[in-house]
Amino acid sequence: MSMQQDLAPTTGDEVIQNYTINFGPQHPAAHGVLRLVMELDGEIVERLDPHIGLLHRGTEKLIEYKTYLQALPYFDRLDYASPMAMEHSYVLAIEKLLDLEVPLRAQYLRVLFAELTRIKNHTLNIAHHIIDVGAMTPPLWLYEIREDIMGFYERASGARMHAAWFRPGGVHQDVPLKLLTDIAEWLDDRMPRLFEDAMSLVVDNRIFKQRNVDIAIVSKEDAIKWGFSGPMIRGAGIPWDIRKSQPYDVYDRMDFDIPVGTRGDCYDRFMVRVEEVRQSVRIMKQCLQQMPEGQVCSDDRKIAPPKRAEMKQSMEALIHHFKLYTEGFKVPAGSVYVATESPKGEFGVYLVADGSNKPYRCKIRPTAFSHLQAMDFMTRGHMLADTTAILGALDIVFGECDR
Amino acid sequence: MTHSAPLIKTPDGTIESISKVLGKHMVSIEEANNEVAVHIHRDALLECMLQLRDACEYQQLMEIAGVDWPDRDPRFEIVYCLLSLTKNHRIRVHLTTNEDHPVPSVTSIWPVAGWLEREVFDMYGVLFSGNADLRRILTDYGFSGHPQRKDFPLSGYVELRYSEEEKRVKYEPVQLAQDFRNFDFLSPWEGADYVLPGDEKTGEGVPQQATPKTTDTATQTGAGKAANKEAVKRSVRKPKATGDKA
Repeated sequence: MSMQQDLAPTTGDEVIQNYTINFGPQHPAAHGVLRLVMELDGEIVERLDPHIGLLHRGTEKLIEYKTYLQALPYFDRLDYASPMAMEHSYVLAIEKLLDLEVPLRAQYLRVLFAELTRIKNHTLNIAHHIIDVGAMTPPLWLYEIREDIMGFYERASGARMHAAWFRPGGVHQDVPLKLLTDIAEWLDDRMPRLFEDAMSLVVDNRIFKQRNVDIAIVSKEDAIKWGFSGPMIRGAGIPWDIRKSQPYDVYDRMDFDIPVGTRGDCYDRFMVRVEEVRQSVRIMKQCLQQMPEGQVCSDDRKIAPPKRAEMKQSMEALIHHFKLYTEGFKVPAGSVYVATESPKGEFGVYLVADGSNKPYRCKIRPTAFSHLQAMDFMTRGHMLADTTAILGALDIVFGECDR
Repeated sequence: MTHSAPLIKTPDGTIESISKVLGKHMVSIEEANNEVAVHIHRDALLECMLQLRDACEYQQLMEIAGVDWPDRDPRFEIVYCLLSLTKNHRIRVHLTTNEDHPVPSVTSIWPVAGWLEREVFDMYGVLFSGNADLRRILTDYGFSGHPQRKDFPLSGYVELRYSEEEKRVKYEPVQLAQDFRNFDFLSPWEGADYVLPGDEKTGEGVPQQATPKTTDTATQTGAGKAANKEAVKRSVRKPKATGDKA
């Protein structure tokens, strides 16, 4: 032992060679199945190569073999942290090709649940970002919020996660009044209490700031040329939000602010999400105040199925139901690219229809693709431990990234 | 416009200004479904994209999508979705190619194109000249074939399982317990372009229907005043004798 110590070079004389390590694909901080091949110089990341596709299920291929309605549930399974936001782009793309009008109540319900989904997604991401940098208590409180939202999902659609509730022409079923009043009470009391409590522990926390401030600064120019969107582009200081600039459903009637970062670091991206949760609460309250009575799905029987009670009375309704759930509806030939502001950024659907009852091509534009690709330049020169903070602030879910 | 999809207003003169800027590089430009689509020549992609980014202010490349049209020549269509943050507008740039003709890479203009082009390469086998890192991205290590092509089967060619005997993951040819079934449910009167099972015996081939019979309006259903009038008429046929009349 003493011999070896004598032979060992003195401090400062060691020659450290770069070495390559694997991060993931099963590490909890990898936010799913991500394999990061990292080239390290000591503890400094020199190069980073994300290997994705470990959760590739061929969603786009499967969609080509399903009718438009059968393809809808696949969207829940893309970004399983914000299922209804995924459905939103798809149903809007179909409606755009059909030029189908959606009843006002359905538009309000969609916006209400899209914002509920935004809170659901952001609480998960904020919680995981906090866990990744080492805190434990706030995530537990944030999961309470998530659990409540899953309950609301279940009461609206019957499913806690994979709702399949947004349908071409509106939503699948109306919500009971009690659900709306419960959501209103939750927004007034329980939700802000839990959220602000959790945030009071982290936003000014010294350790949390040490781990996030000035980490992975992204300039405005970089954010544009790397195709950033959502909280990532807003964190870099560009006030761009599709809900404001290209409003869909009833977002043009909503009054809300868009938070923007000043430095473009991980802390800014985190804080943008925190503020977006508060803005989502504002939007949801407006939805609940303004929501009219009325039908929740289009009455175009060639696209939207009739109510069950109607089917017991009317032969025509029964035929429509049968045809819609076997043959499905046909969409006129054409192509559209419809992008909505999902909680993670711009989630787009490029839909090519050939006039039949199945999509000819459905290209899904995941938010994660551009963000994860940029991780190489964002991480370069940072410490190994910073990669978890950077990855946490990217907000990536692999169901969506790998499709 | 009645749908509630994202509202994008095409600024006046957009089509004219794009046509002017792209000039002879452009094949056609059209506006359909409130979206502007530009078709360009493949070899002029880089010049066109630079012009669109700098002169027409489409700063962001959001997506590159591939589409396979096996009946067309060239077979593949590549679609670039561009976004202008300043003009708040989107356009699509279309070009066509086949497996033999690489598309110029736009990674020099937008670095984000790196992965997007890798995905198109992985899914369709379209090559991008100038992309320094054109590896597969979504499929498995050592995968062969291009799954999004229309002639690639939905089930794929190989499946893998963990073999308890060999203590490793094994790749085997796909074995389906029953034949793959693909129902399209298209009505034979409107749209199905194949011979229905059994019809091949008649030797007449695909039935041709000039105008598909549809019931889009109430008059086409056969219901209405005339039918109602008929329906309330008393039946002229006498009831059948039951035999055991007293």
